[in-house]
Amino acid sequence: MSRDTSQEAVLERASLRASVLDAIAANKHLKGSLLPILHDIQNSLGHIPSEHVVDIAEALNLSRAEVHGVISFYHSFTTSPHGKTVVEVCRAESCQAKGGRLVEAAVKAKLGVDFKQTTDDGEFTLEDVYCLGNCACSPSIRVGADIYGRVTPESALQLIDTLKTADAS
Amino acid sequence: MIKVENPNKDYGTPSPLSFQDLLDGLDSNQDIETVSGTIDGQSVTVPKGTSVMRAAATLDVNIPKLCATDSIEAFGSCRICLVAIEGRRGFPASCTTPFEEGMNVTTQNSEIAELRRNVMELYISDHPLDCLTCSANGDCELQDMAGAVGLRDVRYGYEGENHLDAVKDESNPYFTFDPSKCITCSRCVRACEETQGTFALTIEGRGFDSKVSAGQSEDFIDSECVSCGACVQACPTATLTEKSIIEAGQPEHSKITTCAYCGVGCAFKAEMKGDQVVRMTPYKGGKANRGHSCVKGRFAFGYATHRNRITSPMIRDSIEDQWKEVSWEEAFSFAASQLRGIQEKYGTKSIGGISSSRCTNEEVWLVQKMVRAGFGNNNIDTCARVCHSPTGYGLKQTLGEAAGTQDFDSVEESDVIMVMGANPTDAHPVFGSRMKKRLRDGARLIVVDPRRIDLVKSPHIQAEHHLKLMPGTNVSFINAMAHVIVRDKLFDADFVAERCEGEAFDEWMAFIRDEMNSPENSEAITGIPAADLIAAARLYAQEGNSAIYYGLGVTEHSQGSTTVMGIANLAMLTGNIGRRGVGVNPLRGQNNVQGSCDMGSFPHELPGYRPVTDDEVRGTFEQAWGVEIDPEPGYRINNMLDAACAGLYKGLYVQGEDIAQSDPNTHHVEEALNNLECLIVQDLFLNETAKFATVFLPGSSFLEKNGTFTNAERRISPVRKVMPPLAGLEDWEVTMGLCNALGFEMNYSHPREIMAEIASLTPTFANVTYERLDAEDSIQWPCNDETPDGTPIMHIDDFVRGKGLFKVTEYVATDEKITKRFPLILTTGRILSQYNVGAQTRRTENNTWHDQDILEIHPSDALDRGIVDGDRVKIQSRSGETHLNAIVTERVQPSVVYTTFHHPESGANVITTDNSDWATNCPEYKVTAVQISKVIADQEQSDWQRQYETFSDKQVELASSDTEQTA
Ligand code: SF4
Ligand code: SF4
Ligand code: SF4
Ligand code: FES
Ligand code: FES
Repeated sequence: MSRDTSQEAVLERASLRASVLDAIAANKHLKGSLLPILHDIQNSLGHIPSEHVVDIAEALNLSRAEVHGVISFYHSFTTSPHGKTVVEVCRAESCQAKGGRLVEAAVKAKLGVDFKQTTDDGEFTLEDVYCLGNCACSPSIRVGADIYGRVTPESALQLIDTLKTADAS
Repeated sequence: MIKVENPNKDYGTPSPLSFQDLLDGLDSNQDIETVSGTIDGQSVTVPKGTSVMRAAATLDVNIPKLCATDSIEAFGSCRICLVAIEGRRGFPASCTTPFEEGMNVTTQNSEIAELRRNVMELYISDHPLDCLTCSANGDCELQDMAGAVGLRDVRYGYEGENHLDAVKDESNPYFTFDPSKCITCSRCVRACEETQGTFALTIEGRGFDSKVSAGQSEDFIDSECVSCGACVQACPTATLTEKSIIEAGQPEHSKITTCAYCGVGCAFKAEMKGDQVVRMTPYKGGKANRGHSCVKGRFAFGYATHRNRITSPMIRDSIEDQWKEVSWEEAFSFAASQLRGIQEKYGTKSIGGISSSRCTNEEVWLVQKMVRAGFGNNNIDTCARVCHSPTGYGLKQTLGEAAGTQDFDSVEESDVIMVMGANPTDAHPVFGSRMKKRLRDGARLIVVDPRRIDLVKSPHIQAEHHLKLMPGTNVSFINAMAHVIVRDKLFDADFVAERCEGEAFDEWMAFIRDEMNSPENSEAITGIPAADLIAAARLYAQEGNSAIYYGLGVTEHSQGSTTVMGIANLAMLTGNIGRRGVGVNPLRGQNNVQGSCDMGSFPHELPGYRPVTDDEVRGTFEQAWGVEIDPEPGYRINNMLDAACAGLYKGLYVQGEDIAQSDPNTHHVEEALNNLECLIVQDLFLNETAKFATVFLPGSSFLEKNGTFTNAERRISPVRKVMPPLAGLEDWEVTMGLCNALGFEMNYSHPREIMAEIASLTPTFANVTYERLDAEDSIQWPCNDETPDGTPIMHIDDFVRGKGLFKVTEYVATDEKITKRFPLILTTGRILSQYNVGAQTRRTENNTWHDQDILEIHPSDALDRGIVDGDRVKIQSRSGETHLNAIVTERVQPSVVYTTFHHPESGANVITTDNSDWATNCPEYKVTAVQISKVIADQEQSDWQRQYETFSDKQVELASSDTEQTA
């Protein structure tokens, strides 16, 4: 891992670490303190920084792998900061049956990221979801708080483009 | 009747019995609760708690399984092992269902078959079907199970979502991880947790997305993985596979042998293709390792065929000359005439030999025999001198036998474990894993060490007390422990009264009660806060089983023998001796330290630790060998070197040891070697000592010879030849050849004949034979008419010396004082991936983990000196100077610095001093006063390092006639 050593990056890391250590201190006394710690960090930082998993592991006498296993098991935890906009593509049965995969592929290609990843410019995070309760209009995606039905690869891309230009202006 | 386990069979789930129960149970079958029932109509009786799967396996009814293997607890995730049980609904998993009284189990019917096929089909639909070209072809449980359940076609098709294009991780030098073949059975994850105790792996994600991840989804090499191989061993598919198997293909035959690295003495299956070793796998039948291994024994065997091996005898007139390759005969007669010539000129006692803790018992026996009978003196010593001689002395004095009191299994019954001056997870990794398992199961831990070793705190392990003492103050610490126990009346008065000598005890009590031994006074010396020490002493003395494990951090001191006696006192005082779970356990460094000592490699002792001055003992040897033996003790290694410097000692035969690198005060050693007229070195490689030699006799690796090693628990295990010696002769044959050339006739055709001679002349070995070793895998001495089955636990009813003897152990500060000029204490140690002087491991991929020796320094000391991570630093002591790279870490405490000594160019022993143990001359490696400073830009190397490089390069060139030689 090549680390950014600019002053901002160092300060940023220090402040992230401070939040992680706070969350540990606040919960360590609890039985089964790992989940409360992770929730606290996720809530305060919006993600659980991979770099500081080692601090959690050391505090609880666990290995990094064990903590990582737990983080990756729960959909509510993420390990990198979310982009400004979260794009969620539904992968459950109905949407899959109606061509959701094509939408998936198009969006991935457009953003250049896989599920659970964020674009380099920090604009978009792509997530997979399993049913948005919009099966009647499959395939569905959700952008921010808005659900869109009967999406095609083309319409999905258009949507993203609009967001991009909106953001740029 | 409980059946003996077949070590070559996988029973699916572990036995509910401990290893000890198993042994006792087999002898007597008492006290073990059993249950009986039938499986497929056959009746079976098994210990209570046995799984249905295991019960079936004892009948050779092999229920299909994927997520179960008998080295780890059942998990119940794959559902292929389901069976029908009379009176129960559904089809329970046989691996997680305990067999119960009166149970009737059916393992096969059409319904079960259909269910199993369905499970199998799901697995195979997400699995590449390249069986024919797969590296695991012929050794794949998935393949076997597909066959066993009769899978014929797969309905789901392969075009659905799958993991077939997942990328391989080849970062570990010894094995690959190919996730496309993974069935997510989690055997690897559980093996890393339960067997190895490292917790480097996890299952990441859930459902279809779940996959095995090392660390936080990183390459194996970047994770916490220590490359022990347990996951590879547990993996049922080709996902985790040895690179050697991928290259060479599956082995076609195998032999059981013993690891030649450390004192744990793990049993391995050497798996072969013709005479090429393609894999070493830990052997479940090995009683020291119980099927586990570490990175050295498991993977680092490539040195045996490394291109640096010297495969022809060589001679030369002086160390300025080019080496000349000669025949064995010529080398023997050249060496013999030189030795005899020296003796004529300088007297009988002007030559001697050094035997090796890396060679077999039989080889060591022959070396001491050659010295005593062929050289006609007692100038025989061993490299154990520089590591564990204080153990031999201290334990012999107090308990009566120069060896540890327990077997390794014993740790499973310890309640409190005190580890002192030892670093088991690095230096004795497999035992370290077994200890960690016991700690996770609830034993409590005290660590006494200047440095924060991994045991102090690592996943799921935390020492209750880490007593950070100043190097060199062990005796003060151990006395304070005893003082607290006596002061608080926590000692076992009955045990002491019954088992120990009263007069000596009274005298000792008077001594230990003295205020000078109080924890408060000791604090000023050791730096251990009195309150911590008191708490630790109370913990150790509490009811239950307390065991002490110690290593070179105890012995390699000017008061090494005193500390060993102090440890024995403590164990006797609390009655922690003579049963399972307790005891005094030296962790031996090299594979055969125990054996080389047992075999009489001492200038004052004949085999079995009997004084050479004793006429009767000497008489038996004289009669058997038909020679007269010198009644006068000979030179120890340090005496040999001193005498050489003084010009009195001129000829030396060194078998398999590298004193130029491993012995303290390199300057002095080099001067001595330069003064010899004839130095004969027998080794695999042109080692540092050989660079001063005039006769080189090529040695053979453990794969090329027969013999036995004796590990730290006195266990004698067979070493078996799997390939012919590269140079044509096994080491014992070389010694025999030289001895015959000297005119003392030896005539053995196989090491078993040497063992017969050992048994006939050494009472503790009386009943040891190769036939028994073949039948029983290993034997723990003493093994004679009184203890025909060998002795896992010693001193049960009586001490070997009769009554235990308390010894007064007064603390005397070392002469190695810190001063203004040398304000820091340097202490030395080992690292997991390298072995001792590193001659073997440096010639393997193990260098991936440790390619140089590094100096550890505490942040506050570093700050004072303006040192940051990675700086080149100068280490100066009263004896010399060397340069290393530094790492700033809180692992060491302020004013203590630490390094390893695996690489010759580091010159760690250039700085260690001549100080040594008062009783045995074991060098004080662990305490050297030093100064550390940053080096000026262009001083990469110290003067010594520069000279070393020039000299070493020249010597390598002198040995490279037609064959390419690089060191
Ligand atoms: S090699 Fe050993 S330490 Fe490494 S992942 Fe496998 S089991 Fe764990
Ligand atoms: S790597 Fe092997 S042992 Fe581990 S989950 Fe995959 S198949 Fe099972
Ligand atoms: S623990 Fe020791 S004996 Fe066992 S494999 Fe490792 S080096 Fe060899
Ligand atoms: S399956 Fe996609 S919205 Fe329900
Ligand atoms: S072997 Fe029993 S569930 Fe996998």
